[in-house]
Amino acid sequence: MAKARIKVPSSAKKGEIFEIKTLMSHNMETGRRKDKKTGELIPRKIINKFECVYNGKTVFSADFHPSISANPYLAFSCRATESGKLEFRWTEDGGAVTSETKEIQVS
Amino acid sequence: MVAFKLGALFVAAAGFVMANAAVYAADAPNLNDPKIAKYVAGDKWSGYVTSTPETRKMQDDDFENPSFVWVDQARALWDKVDGKAGKSCASCHGEVEKLKGASTTYPKFVDKHNDLITVEHQIGICRTKYMEADAWKWEGDQMLGMSALVRLQSRGMPVNVSIDGKNKPFYEKGREFYYQRRGHFDFSCAHCHVDNYGNMIRSELLSHGMPNGFPQYRLKWQKLGSMHRRFRGCNKNTRAEPYKQGSPEYTALELYTMWRASGLPVETPAVRK
Repeated sequence: MAKARIKVPSSAKKGEIFEIKTLMSHNMETGRRKDKKTGELIPRKIINKFECVYNGKTVFSADFHPSISANPYLAFSCRATESGKLEFRWTEDGGAVTSETKEIQVS
Repeated sequence: MVAFKLGALFVAAAGFVMANAAVYAADAPNLNDPKIAKYVAGDKWSGYVTSTPETRKMQDDDFENPSFVWVDQARALWDKVDGKAGKSCASCHGEVEKLKGASTTYPKFVDKHNDLITVEHQIGICRTKYMEADAWKWEGDQMLGMSALVRLQSRGMPVNVSIDGKNKPFYEKGREFYYQRRGHFDFSCAHCHVDNYGNMIRSELLSHGMPNGFPQYRLKWQKLGSMHRRFRGCNKNTRAEPYKQGSPEYTALELYTMWRASGLPVETPAVRK
């Protein structure tokens, strides 16, 4: 999988609700397309799960199914409780996982 | 009696025309909307004007715009040394921001290369001639990203191509292509984009055909695509034989269509449905 783009504020006040934006580049092969030359179906390969873990606690997760467009974009909100790490995990069909972490300072 | 009948006919006909006009007027975009003011120049408007609010939002926010996946990759490639000459883009050009305004005059005739060239051609020449590196495919991720990165530096600046001097014969050729009927449906570009823009063709609203946002992310393509890919799509839709990307025919057509878009701001990388 290619690189992800993530936008998280570097700092936030305790109790504040902040927005997280993520965009993962992935072609989300649906499994319904045929190879133009051989006529055979191209096997499905999509991101089937997204998770956001804030200091060990899952704060947001989503199951993806076919018909989610390529390069899936997600925006969601989270409440700042403590300084630490936000880990983002994209799981692909076949089990490959791409993960990225961002730090946030909570004052 | 005859005269009366004729009169009634005329009234009926006039009513029919007016009803049609009303339908068309409802479809045509409202060019006075302040939200789209940036994307209107005189009587010209870009595809942004007829995009849905969701699609506009994707283009307005550089984070949400998926094109920037390619642009970010190209930015990394800008400083990467490649080829036998041991050069990167930055070796000759310095910071990419220095190319501000450069793309607004493309395609243009370059004496050194003795041909009309587009931004993509120029990148190809840089790769193979000056860097002595492998050529990039026209529709490949690196080429699309680099073309978008270069054109992005001029975003917001008006398209400003020249149709004089050595560009003139290519402009004439492009114009001829634009008005030439072709394919099974016997359509020219002008039938849709000059005579009927703002009207519906079945379920689709015909655009003004302004190419100021290429390479652009099309939701239909699910990736970034070049202007020549769009030309190919148009030609296929009218059941005409498409030309190759980068061919002299499409390069001349790019000059003509870019001239049509003169004054509109560069929107690269635009997002369209």
